[in-house]
Amino acid sequence: MWRLLRTAPPTAIFGMLVIVIYAIVAIFADGLAPFGETEVVGFEYEPWGDDFLLGTDNLGRDMLSRIIYGARNTIGIALATTFIAFSVGVFFGMLAAILGRWVDQILSRLVDVMMAIPALLFSLLLLTVFGTSILTMVLVIAAIESTRVFRLARATAMNVVVMDFVEAAKLRGEGLMWLASREILPNIVPPLVAEFGLRFCFVFLAISALSFLGLGIQPPTADWGSMVRDNAGLITFGDITPLLPAGSIALLTVAVNFLVDWMLHRSSGLRT
Amino acid sequence: MPTLEKPELQTPAQDTPLLRIRNLTIEAQTGDQWIQIVHGIDLDLDRGEIVGLIGESGAGKSTVGLAAMGFARQGCRITQGTVEFDGTDLLALSEAARRAYRGKRIAYVAQSAAASFNPAHRLIDQYVEGPLRHGLQSRREAEFSAKALFARLRLPEPDVIGFRYPHQVSGGQLQRAITAMAMSCKPELIVFDEPTTALDVTTQIEVLTTIRDVVRDLGTAAIYITHDLAVVAQMADRIKVLLRGEHVEEAPTREMLANPQEDYTKSLWAVRSFQTDAKAAPPDHVVPTIRVEDISASYRPGQMVLEDISFCVPKGQTVAIVGESGSGKSTVARAITGLLPPLSGRVLLDGEPLPPRLKDRSKDQLRRIQMIYQMPDTALNPKQTIRDVVGRPIRFYRGLTGKALDDEVRALLSAIELEPDVYLDRRMPQLSGGQKQRVGIARALAAEPDFLICDEITSALDQLVAEGILRLLDRVQSDLGLACAFITHDLATVRAIADHVLVMQKGRIVEQGPKADVLTPPHHEYTELLLSSVPEMDPDWLDRTIAEREERGIGISDGSAAEAAAPDDPAAALQPSDS
Amino acid sequence: MIHLTRMILQRLALGVLTLFVVSVVIFGAVELLPGDIAQEILGQSATEQTVAALREELGLNDPAHVRYLNWLGGVLSGDFGRSLANGREISSLLASRFGYTLFLAAYAAAIAVPLAITLGVLAALYCNSIFDRLINILSLSAISFPEFFVAYILLYLLSAEHAIFPSIADYGSQASLGEMLYRTFLPAITLVLVITAHMMRMTRAAIVNLLAQPYIEMARLKGLSPARVILRHALPNALAPIINVVALNLAYLVTGVVIVEVVFVYPGLGQLMVDSVATRDITVVQACCLVFASIYILLNLTADVLSIATNPRLLHRGR
Repeated sequence: MWRLLRTAPPTAIFGMLVIVIYAIVAIFADGLAPFGETEVVGFEYEPWGDDFLLGTDNLGRDMLSRIIYGARNTIGIALATTFIAFSVGVFFGMLAAILGRWVDQILSRLVDVMMAIPALLFSLLLLTVFGTSILTMVLVIAAIESTRVFRLARATAMNVVVMDFVEAAKLRGEGLMWLASREILPNIVPPLVAEFGLRFCFVFLAISALSFLGLGIQPPTADWGSMVRDNAGLITFGDITPLLPAGSIALLTVAVNFLVDWMLHRSSGLRT
Repeated sequence: MPTLEKPELQTPAQDTPLLRIRNLTIEAQTGDQWIQIVHGIDLDLDRGEIVGLIGESGAGKSTVGLAAMGFARQGCRITQGTVEFDGTDLLALSEAARRAYRGKRIAYVAQSAAASFNPAHRLIDQYVEGPLRHGLQSRREAEFSAKALFARLRLPEPDVIGFRYPHQVSGGQLQRAITAMAMSCKPELIVFDEPTTALDVTTQIEVLTTIRDVVRDLGTAAIYITHDLAVVAQMADRIKVLLRGEHVEEAPTREMLANPQEDYTKSLWAVRSFQTDAKAAPPDHVVPTIRVEDISASYRPGQMVLEDISFCVPKGQTVAIVGESGSGKSTVARAITGLLPPLSGRVLLDGEPLPPRLKDRSKDQLRRIQMIYQMPDTALNPKQTIRDVVGRPIRFYRGLTGKALDDEVRALLSAIELEPDVYLDRRMPQLSGGQKQRVGIARALAAEPDFLICDEITSALDQLVAEGILRLLDRVQSDLGLACAFITHDLATVRAIADHVLVMQKGRIVEQGPKADVLTPPHHEYTELLLSSVPEMDPDWLDRTIAEREERGIGISDGSAAEAAAPDDPAAALQPSDS
Repeated sequence: MIHLTRMILQRLALGVLTLFVVSVVIFGAVELLPGDIAQEILGQSATEQTVAALREELGLNDPAHVRYLNWLGGVLSGDFGRSLANGREISSLLASRFGYTLFLAAYAAAIAVPLAITLGVLAALYCNSIFDRLINILSLSAISFPEFFVAYILLYLLSAEHAIFPSIADYGSQASLGEMLYRTFLPAITLVLVITAHMMRMTRAAIVNLLAQPYIEMARLKGLSPARVILRHALPNALAPIINVVALNLAYLVTGVVIVEVVFVYPGLGQLMVDSVATRDITVVQACCLVFASIYILLNLTADVLSIATNPRLLHRGR
């Protein structure tokens, strides 16, 4: 493990460090934040100072505290969404690869149609229909992202399914469960782990985008996307406070992407 | 033809060798480390001389061949030594200066021409690139000399074939075309890297003949890299044997063949000696383990891959199924195992008809037929240990668990000559090719089968390792009295292990019978072609065979008749056609 | 050639089918809307009679497939129905907005596509050099940034700190082309930054993937220069993936403008759509969705056809 880390490039180390810090902040938000999440503690738009390190927001809530709580809310919701998208996508992707024929045809065509509608639009449409709540948003984004996971899981599983050892297991008379869990899954884990990182970034950005548009996580929950939206007006006055939650989003996705890039680079390097 | 005169000798120094490699040391990157793979090789080559580099996989033949051009593949680096070409050390030059040599004075012929031609450009465009870029000829001149060379390499329609794209030309023709491309700048040295390995034997002999004739006529020096001793015996003036990146021995071809000095070389020479005595077929009233009756099969309607296949495999006997690529020999295995249910005909196991589809067969029927695969790398799950791989069939079919299971796995490992205490918990990537193939055999035996199908199980292995596998298989077969179908393209293997031989061509059986009958004259016409195309160790074999064929009016064809259609079209490859 | 034509026709047919299915999905999504649209429009205070009258007028009493066909027929003749929020004709609403969005997308594409392909080829040519690594880090960061982050940084630097460009990108109907380009520079450059990074990475990857091919090694062993190896031997074989990624990003441009339009208060289709979602103006959302989805599908279809048409194996079949 340590040997592995020693060979990691600076970008990957930076990525890991950032992720660890974010995790600590998210887990210990209650202890770290000077004020409560929705507590109005001062006047509106107070500047940076001793009382409020990063000033206050449009309703007079402490900016720093909301950024800290935002880590917990935004990252937590994004992680949960990614997990759902992955479970659904990997399950159906492997099913399509193993069973082939009409099961594969039906699932693949369904996914084709879902992917023919741009993701952001599709979620906007569904949010209009089902109304804007956190649960709907999580389900909608998970459903949309699961189609991307399905494609990858199916493609990588297909590469394994054609291997002779899978044929040998079929000839032995093994059932679906054995084929999926013992023969195929262990061989597609590395690309899926990297994909999890990438998908997390997409989900995270999608949630932030919806929240920024006012259609995602709703007030008074602290969330980085909507914090940018609520305080965006300050930018034109030369105040960079609204850039902080936006930067927090950017920093995390950059970190995850750096880490994933290294992982992909390693696995492709080992293959040759 | 003015464009085809011998290459001009560009330096007066006739006494220095054309190529002089000293203390060549090359490292390769594995993970994060650099490991030495070529350890101080020396090589000399005179003008017009052909030296054969031979060795098994991992010997560093190709790496040395490329280093002769001052080139190292991605992930390799030349760390020491000199490569003097015509008195100039290529390694001391800049990359740009080296490029002036490559293609112009030293050319390369790759193993797979199909992969080495750029699919996006026509053959002629790729041919003229060298002479044009090196400033030797105008486009018109280059095209003219291309056509002349194509004709000389006996390519069909030499005036127009260059205007085709690589995927429109067959594998044997591409191999000649790439030889033509290598000769486009009239180089003084050509590196041939296993140029016929990917071809069927009947195509190989034709390509070998044309390559040899052209190289001899033009007086080009060559490094001929191959793992096949019989091939190198035909081509080379001198042979150099490599083993794991080290020099073993070097001598003129005839001397080397007649009197190898080193033990390793002797063992290479001795490989083809393994042979079992054919067992007589049992009397007719004994029910054979497997009887195949009039099977026909196809992958898509209207394209038959197998037609009217019938044969028996009696208990304790080995039936060899021989044929070239596209003959349908592997499809026979798919039909028997139920992966490709036949359209008509049936398969009987001990006199009982088997359900055609895999799904409808009982667990016991599945257990009794086991398969061993060609590529040990893909036949075994890389994420499992030997214990998992070999233990699963025992547990699945026989329900053994715990200590009983463990004992059984250990016994099987001992039977395949892998020490259980050492290997039991190893995963597949930690095994060598031969060891993996042994594990594949153990997995098949673990089911306690009656019938074994071996699909080209030795063709991905080095000769010494392959012989070990054949011996092992022979031993377990006679110990357990297994019936065995052995699918192969290699006639040497057939000689070694078969009791009964079945020759296939284009989805049909052209001849079958006891080994002695099929392999001794008179032969069926196709069997004759197949048998006479297998290279022998005698350096005069190629001349003799060609002379014999010309006498009988067969001659060297343009390679289009012997081969199936374009290699990248699976539908066409499944349905061989005379194009 | 017959084969090629047949493949292209097949793709076109598939594209039409996809469009049809997508229109069903978009229409069907609205069917899932809980409650009664007529009630929604008129509010809770409306009498049952007025609700019934509106239901009749909107054709809500017809079975679903009849309403779908009516809707589709209207869409095909340019009639998207009326907005639920303000009762205006959707088609006239879309017409003016669509021009704005298209202009911004075309502006960004004209800069981004040539830039991305050039950078991608250069990165592949100098694979593993400092330049390649630097561009890898920069582009990886750029694709990780949310669009509004990029937009606000540009806004802060170029509009708030140094008043070089206007922060609001509305140019009115009388503006000259130069004026339009100037006023929409910030949103356009935001989009450029986001999609260039992605396209450039994919171009590089498509080429680098080919570098392990034996025919690339062969080209090197023929003594060709690195530039020629990349441009003549790798690039033609990487065309299909590059075309696809360009199409994907152009399609993304059309939809990705949503956020950028909101940030720069740009009166395009995206802004309209977001406003409509907020007011649950379902018929407008439906129409916007259909327009965006059609462009998206058409672009992908074009890419599909182009990558078939540039594949030598399909172009020159047979012997």
